Amino acid sequence: MDNRLAQHLPQMQHVNVKLLLRNPGEVDLEPLIPVFHDWIRDQVGEGLLLDVADYRHVDAGPGVVLIGHEGNYSVDNTDSRLGVRYNRKAALDGSNQDRLKQAARAALTACHRLEAESRLGGRLRFNRHEIEVFINDRLLAPNNDATREAFDSDFQVFFREVFGGGEYSLSYGSDPRKLFAVSVKAAQSFPVAYLLENLG
Amino acid sequence: MKVSNALWAEQLSGKLPEPLAREIDIFETEVTLRKQGKLDERLFAETRLRRGIYGQRYDNGQRHDGRKVQEIAYPSGELTKGPNTMWDAPGMQRIKIPGGGLNAEQLETMADLAEEYSDGIAHVTTRQDFQLHYVHIDETPSLMRRLAAAGITTREACGNSVRNVTACPYAGVCPDEVFDVTPYSKALSKFLLGHPDCQNFGRKFKPAFSGCSQHACGLTNMHDLGMIAVTRTENGKEKRGFETYVGGGLGAVPYQAKLFETFVPPEELLPLAQAIARVFAARGEKKNRSRARIKFLIQDLGIEKFKELVLEERKNLPPDPRWTEFVKEAEKFQEAPLRPGGKPPLLGSEAFQRWVKFNTRPQKQAGYVVVTIALPLGDITSNQLRALADIARRFTKETIRTTVEQNIVLRWVSQSDLSDLHSALQAAGLGAPGAESIVDVAACPGTDTCKLGISSSRGLAAELRNRLAEKSFQLDESVQNLHIKISGCFNSCGQHHVADLGFYGVSRKMSGYAVPHFQVVLGGEWDHNGGSYGLPVIAIPSKNIPEVVTRLTDLYAANKNSGEKFKDFIKRMGKVELKKMLEDLARPPADPSDRTFFSDWGDPREYSLSDMGVGECAGEVVSAVEFDLAAAERELFEAQVKWESGQVEQAGTTAYRSMLRAAKALVKLESANVTDDPGQIVREFRARYYDTQKFFDPFAGGKFANYLFAAHEKSNEPYTPDSTRYLIDEAQLFIDAAHSCYNRVGTPASV
Repeated sequence: MDNRLAQHLPQMQHVNVKLLLRNPGEVDLEPLIPVFHDWIRDQVGEGLLLDVADYRHVDAGPGVVLIGHEGNYSVDNTDSRLGVRYNRKAALDGSNQDRLKQAARAALTACHRLEAESRLGGRLRFNRHEIEVFINDRLLAPNNDATREAFDSDFQVFFREVFGGGEYSLSYGSDPRKLFAVSVKAAQSFPVAYLLENLG
Repeated sequence: MKVSNALWAEQLSGKLPEPLAREIDIFETEVTLRKQGKLDERLFAETRLRRGIYGQRYDNGQRHDGRKVQEIAYPSGELTKGPNTMWDAPGMQRIKIPGGGLNAEQLETMADLAEEYSDGIAHVTTRQDFQLHYVHIDETPSLMRRLAAAGITTREACGNSVRNVTACPYAGVCPDEVFDVTPYSKALSKFLLGHPDCQNFGRKFKPAFSGCSQHACGLTNMHDLGMIAVTRTENGKEKRGFETYVGGGLGAVPYQAKLFETFVPPEELLPLAQAIARVFAARGEKKNRSRARIKFLIQDLGIEKFKELVLEERKNLPPDPRWTEFVKEAEKFQEAPLRPGGKPPLLGSEAFQRWVKFNTRPQKQAGYVVVTIALPLGDITSNQLRALADIARRFTKETIRTTVEQNIVLRWVSQSDLSDLHSALQAAGLGAPGAESIVDVAACPGTDTCKLGISSSRGLAAELRNRLAEKSFQLDESVQNLHIKISGCFNSCGQHHVADLGFYGVSRKMSGYAVPHFQVVLGGEWDHNGGSYGLPVIAIPSKNIPEVVTRLTDLYAANKNSGEKFKDFIKRMGKVELKKMLEDLARPPADPSDRTFFSDWGDPREYSLSDMGVGECAGEVVSAVEFDLAAAERELFEAQVKWESGQVEQAGTTAYRSMLRAAKALVKLESANVTDDPGQIVREFRARYYDTQKFFDPFAGGKFANYLFAAHEKSNEPYTPDSTRYLIDEAQLFIDAAHSCYNRVGTPASV
């Protein structure tokens, strides 16, 4: 890699945050479709919302995706781990903390809204302790030791704040072909509202 | 959008094949020029289409939210990437896979791109391509560079160009083939890509190869250029060649390909295709898109005249060494296995046995099978693509191909590996049985993402798949093997004409509201390379289509004669009877408050653009126009029945009359004084609906009105079996368009 390219890497852009759900077997994704259509109609939340893509027919896939211009929201079942996911597509200015906060806030806000959605019958609930973060760009953030070393302190700072100083553990994905990813497990349970509040 | 867009060119510098690198650089410059307003939007639209970049639904900046149309405030404002196509609107990237051939690294690349630029799904099309949806145009140069680094191009995947050259995915391993067409299809694909003689077509041009005439896998009968492997003996030696067909095609009005030559030797394959391309470019229609496919040129000229022109052009071609340099290598071409052949497994679970039954087929090479991975609706996730790459490396020499049934096959699998392979596929969520059975429903994108979609083909396909999967293995064996294919509109991307049970999307009005429907198309043949085309029987509300499938398959299972194919069964039963059996499903719900019909499968939004409330009598309101259009459909159905019984002249006249009746219905909306005089009807229709563009389809323009004008002009000429067949299809499209027009103009208060 030449110097000009190397100086840009790694970079924390296109952050994805996924909040894993409690009792995933009980969550029916079909009622989510009209909910997402309503979000488009009312342009709920951050960013321009455009369309709904239904991939329930695919095993361990993206589930139901609310396509946005700046970012997508989904209830995603990748790796058979069902969760509310925010996928930031547009670039963001600011520090790594700012970028992590933006994506986490978007995911938490969406999850909060879905937890309160009567059409989902109260079955879609954050499990209160597991979060995954992905960087959706292999060039900016290859899944290797160098990226881990570069970002680890950012994640530590960020999750200390998110969990209000509570204990947690981080584990990194190891398949170099997959997106750079970190799984975060808190020792205690935290409701979405509490985590949102901690983000400020 | 992606921060890395600026870096990929640098990262891949020197790693791309030079012509592809140059091609992508040029496109990137065109993107910049368009953003600066220095490149006309129409020109840019064609340039991006020729790189496989399509628009998607809502890219005109409007979206119906179930109540009203909302403007979408895309950040780039008025900047467009084509007429009425907003810059920021997500689009579709089509990726050419010649002959469907892929290696493991290419699967991994597809996985990365689906994840980073799309929504985590890669979609296999009915022409062996891949498609990624929801891609921003600013990402496309990086995406193309990454594909090029893996040896894949998107060049000429769309637009008025030579599209993906498809080929039988079992070529080289099928026990019934004449010879392996793979190297010939690759040679033609490479030769025609970017060829100067292929840059001035009025419409697209699709070639296909098949190793035999009896199976469906190559679908040569429905292609612009179809090549079927044949041999003959010359001087005591067996010589390879191709039975060559031209002018086939589905689209709105499907055409059977015509035999051009019974034997074209390999050294003539490329120059013949070049000569055909030259004639098509020089003589094909350019202004009227709806008459611009080569099938219309051949119909107008006649096959003999067309052939004469092509052979004359062939004589004038300057010699090109590429014509023959592949031929010797092609004869030697053979894929190799990774592992020694084995014996079939004797034991296994019920699930394994079902999978073996439906998803494997023996190769002509003893000890090996082809394994089909059934992709639901043609979709596969990024993780599954990576898992499949691992599986392909573990069990084969990466002998992977996509199929026209939207699946992926692994070739050269040792029979002794089947159990382990099945376990590996199951772990990846790719081990479902039922490949190429009634459960394996093919569908185009339809209203999910396509700008032209009228009904939700994918929504219906998913619903049918769910329902059939539950009971498919209890179904009669003959029913299990039926093919269901669904298109979201008349354009046939789902290949509904060649299915046993075909459906294409139309809209109809019920109780004053637009309701998504599907035309039920019966009588098509999948075998013999798409040997015959079905015809529409009746339009049924989308939500009742599963019941249509149940009734027809139950009827077939109960009443078929021994060994009788579905197509023959349909013919024996007669469409009059079949229509009667389905008619009750076409009626609106008895309860006026039942809104089930008014939204489509998988999309809860109200289908109609109208915000008309439901009045007390809404359930009973049927306008005179609706009665007249229904009468036109009845008349057209009679035409179809007459045509099938060989009454060609009466069928032609009846089909023409049905068009007049539909036109008159619309004219009566504005002028009650219209008579039954065909001349007056056509004149009035032209003045009131064509000249004013009220009848124009948002995408097809005046195409369907032109069907009426042409039918009227030729109404004194004798009808032939071919011309009547086309007229029946055109009349159906005209009547469908009349329904759409009526939906758009609404119901005047006086009706």
